[in-house]
Amino acid sequence: MAKTTYYIPVGPIHPALKEPIRVEAEVEGEKIVKVDVKRGFAHRGIEYMGMKRNAIQTLYLSERICGICSISHPYAFVIGSEKALGIEAPPRAQYIRTIIAELERIHSHILWLGVIAHEIGFDPLLFWTWKGREKVLDILEAITGNRINYAMYMIGGVRRDLKESHIKALRDMITYYWEFTEHMKEVFLSDPVYKARTRGVAQLSKEMALKLNVVGPTARAAGIRMDVRQDIPYDAYADMDVKAIVPQDIVGEARGDAYDITMVRLYEIEQSLDIIEFCLDNLPEGKILAIPNYVALLNKIKKTEGEAIGAHEAPRGEVIHYLKYDGTRDGPAVWKVIAPSYNNINSWAPLLLGAEVADIPVVVAYIDPCMCCNDRVAVVEDSSGRLLDYSYLHKKAVEKTRKLEKELGVRR
Amino acid sequence: MTPETIFYAIGMPIIGVLLGLVYKGIDRRVSARMTSRIGPPIRQPFWDVGKLLLKETVVPENAVRWIFNAMPILAFASSMTLLLYIPFGILRAPLEGYGDLVVILYLLTLQALAMAIGGFASGSPFSSVGAQREMVLMMSYEMPFAIVITGFALIYKSFSLSTIASTPVWSIVGPLGGLGVLLLLIAFLWVTPAELAKLPFDIAEAETEIAEGMLAEYSGRNLALFYLSDAVRGFAMIALEVVLFFPFTLSYLFGLNLSGAALYIAEGLWFLFKVLVLYILAVTLVRTSFARFRIEQASRIFWVYVNIIALLGVILIWAEVM
Repeated sequence: MAKTTYYIPVGPIHPALKEPIRVEAEVEGEKIVKVDVKRGFAHRGIEYMGMKRNAIQTLYLSERICGICSISHPYAFVIGSEKALGIEAPPRAQYIRTIIAELERIHSHILWLGVIAHEIGFDPLLFWTWKGREKVLDILEAITGNRINYAMYMIGGVRRDLKESHIKALRDMITYYWEFTEHMKEVFLSDPVYKARTRGVAQLSKEMALKLNVVGPTARAAGIRMDVRQDIPYDAYADMDVKAIVPQDIVGEARGDAYDITMVRLYEIEQSLDIIEFCLDNLPEGKILAIPNYVALLNKIKKTEGEAIGAHEAPRGEVIHYLKYDGTRDGPAVWKVIAPSYNNINSWAPLLLGAEVADIPVVVAYIDPCMCCNDRVAVVEDSSGRLLDYSYLHKKAVEKTRKLEKELGVRR
Repeated sequence: MTPETIFYAIGMPIIGVLLGLVYKGIDRRVSARMTSRIGPPIRQPFWDVGKLLLKETVVPENAVRWIFNAMPILAFASSMTLLLYIPFGILRAPLEGYGDLVVILYLLTLQALAMAIGGFASGSPFSSVGAQREMVLMMSYEMPFAIVITGFALIYKSFSLSTIASTPVWSIVGPLGGLGVLLLLIAFLWVTPAELAKLPFDIAEAETEIAEGMLAEYSGRNLALFYLSDAVRGFAMIALEVVLFFPFTLSYLFGLNLSGAALYIAEGLWFLFKVLVLYILAVTLVRTSFARFRIEQASRIFWVYVNIIALLGVILIWAEVM
């Protein structure tokens, strides 16, 4: 009998992927009949590294977990640390932190819009959106000194203050982006080819979304009203009324497909602009650090015993840091990072099954995956390069225990 | 064999390749400027070909070796032959009288077919999926293409390209037929990007989906031959379009009274200018302003909409001619 299915490996190196992950698809013609997602290509042991350093070094390390949301991880980290230490950032610092986080959301969402355009072969749109993204990167550079990896946050505040010139530049930027977003909405949401390629693709129902535990815009596109900024508000978000952006509020119904997620992201850019404007209008005066002396801060951490969870709504969904200070070191004794892509990648396999080969890039890109955020585990291979699966390792472990029991004469 | 035929046999392919690469360079440059980039220099395609010719030609282990290596040559040869059937302005086609529009249709098909067979012979899943897509796409766009050519045959009562080139189509059709020809032009403009495997119909080579598809396993000299045949095909296809739909010569438009070499040079440049304008409008502009379709969407577009447009055009022409 003739072979009717092809095996298509997507990744770990593939033009549709910007970071390493592997999607193994078996296709019949254009239809995917079998799919497997393999992760774990970008494991760096970063949590272990963080547990060997002091808290300020770990804060900088946390910026390097992700290449795009370089403020989301520090945000969750400082919130967790402040909770554990029992200190609170001064109001001005809280507002500045919120402004920076929203600036990052704007640049991350515009980046995604460019990426999805590239994935469906619409490169001119990629160039145009990324050209528009330059403005927010310039602002971030003016405020923090860097386009990416801002090194802005500190446990108990921020490291740099907002000057009058920054505020003026921010207001200019807000005007610019209101216009630009309006233009982007027109281009993305009314383009017939874009609609043809994304409508009904990567469609996640509300039940499925709840079952798969997806977070962030992926969940909101499916119609679930969840947003850390709305559910457990922190910093300046507590002073304003942040509402999760869901498609049913915009067009009346949520279909949870790639088109809806585009809509959610576009409207979230506008929401971010609103938040920044609110923060600028209500920016409190005062100092920017609760404990300006870093040595004093580290000493306080050394004497602190406690644990806390810090959560922040990153552009891709909720990022959660669990921290434990044990009172012997000036750094975290336990540090656990949960990145949104870890949950969102769950949606790939069910969405790809029955989809077309042409939909692979859209399904892969629509959650805006960040592989370097989510790899927490390394896998074991034997000498011939064969992957040892969990059940095999478990069996071996049991065998070893039995052997030891026998040797030591332990009765069961 | 006269010296003239030898000149054509050697000169035309060289001129065709040069022009094809220059147009490709201009296309890339214009497309870059449209998307606010600087873009490569116009001679970049020449460098690309030169670099590819220097590179090692890798044949995959599980490829069917002789088919894999023969297909680029077949594609290149058919594109070279194609050039000999295109009349350059008032210059007659070298192989005039030995074939007509139908041969051109087959030669264009042959290149796509060579690429698809090469893709199947590569033994790579990406190439196989790409080749399958190319076959489906070919079945979709060849039909409207054939209908357009039938429409012209109805008007001129001949498939000969020289007959068509000698008299502008717009001057011999009435208002009803003119509308028909206009519909044929629309159908032909839809077919152009598909025939040239450009966006929005570069489905068989989709980079982000199947990593350049049929060409995934090709490298070195083989890839250079495909690159060249692609460049020549782009030029030939647009030239064909100019001959069919915009055959207005300078003398016809402005009543210039040139003769001898001056006439040939002026008309030749005018023809190249027309090709350039149409190339930018029909290829560059289109590929810069569309996203890639899915294969079943592209099939539907051709089978339903473009076919209807083309058939309507033929019916209008038929109504006038009969």
